[in-house]
Amino acid sequence: MYTQALNTAETDDRGLEDAGRAAQFQARIDAEERIEPNDWMPAAYRKTLTRQISQHAHSEIVGMLPEGNWITRAPSLRRKAALLAKVQDECGHGLYLYAAAETLGTSREELVDAMLAGKAKYSSIFNYPTLTWADIGTIGWLVDGAAIMNQIPLCRCSYGPYARAMIRVCKEESFHQRQGYEIMLTLCRGSEEQKAMAQDALNRWWWPVLMMFGPPDSTSQHSDTSTKWKIKRFSNDELRQKFVDATVPQAQYLGLTIPDPGMTQDADGHWRYSEIDWTEFKQVLAGNGPCNRDRIAARRKAHAEGAWVREAAASYAAKRAHRQTAQAAE
Amino acid sequence: MATPNTPLWEVFIRSRNGLAHKHVGSLHASDATMALQAARDIYTRRGEGLSIWVVPSTAITASDPTEKGMMFEPAESKIYRHPTFYEVPEEVGHM
Repeated sequence: MYTQALNTAETDDRGLEDAGRAAQFQARIDAEERIEPNDWMPAAYRKTLTRQISQHAHSEIVGMLPEGNWITRAPSLRRKAALLAKVQDECGHGLYLYAAAETLGTSREELVDAMLAGKAKYSSIFNYPTLTWADIGTIGWLVDGAAIMNQIPLCRCSYGPYARAMIRVCKEESFHQRQGYEIMLTLCRGSEEQKAMAQDALNRWWWPVLMMFGPPDSTSQHSDTSTKWKIKRFSNDELRQKFVDATVPQAQYLGLTIPDPGMTQDADGHWRYSEIDWTEFKQVLAGNGPCNRDRIAARRKAHAEGAWVREAAASYAAKRAHRQTAQAAE
Repeated sequence: MATPNTPLWEVFIRSRNGLAHKHVGSLHASDATMALQAARDIYTRRGEGLSIWVVPSTAITASDPTEKGMMFEPAESKIYRHPTFYEVPEEVGHM
């Protein structure tokens, strides 16, 4: 079980790591064993996973904002119900992930506070605005499509609670991508204006979506140890290539043009994309994307406005517990 | 100001009639009633369950993974606890 108390109590005597334990740990990883919360693990493994899982959780929660923007303006009741269900799912995914991160010994409250203070990162993609209804289709099709590409190998991640959370997430996420593609298909079969709207959304989202997979392998800082620990099974560039190869035929079916005139198909059938503008990626990560400030402001506002609910629930629970103790004493 | 911690609960769900409750994950809630409602919203959005148990995480006592050997090895050598240990002639038929 994933009780925080067990983890925090043991943290102190883990300061000094001996090489023997580290070697045993690596042997377990190499044998494809899953690591569970109360097993011994190197401090750096714990730290890397806490950072990765909490960032993943923050991304799910912040990711509700660009889509939530369109719930009241969905074009039909069917679309509205689907979008509402999708945004609810993202919230659920954030909660599974916070629960998985907590098993490593940092409380959800601390993780959330770090995000609200601007100290923790979330996916760069959610700092772009959703300007039209076609953006909702594009997010489902491409952003969720890219997320699935990244999350499927995570179902086999060496850390048990993270892998199990990913299995649940992947099961639920496939509806997200399909509903997005259906929106795009409807727009592309509609009027000229609707098709233009779909093309415009693809033009704006394509490059930011490719950036979701992270920096190229030649410059990625965390990849080597993450691969050794089997947190990561494929490199950023490998996943990006898989995504592009899967997406190009889907775009062709829609009759849309990928906004990369230099794209060519090589002899092995892989679609080779042009150079990605990494300065834009760095700018968005550094807090200078189109919506960074809005997103954090919206999260802070929601957190502050929910404070009275948390306080009321806590004081009600305390009052009830007090009364039960008093009754038991009588 | 740091956000105060809300208690942690473990969630168990009976997915179908006749099956046992199975651990599905955990959540935070200030009391049992809210924990049940949150479990409904987080873990049964697609008809995954017929019944939910929520248990305060602090109420669970877990075995120590470092003592796994001492706990479970004694059973490994006792192959005579399995039916395949015993020989029954084929003529006797299924037993």
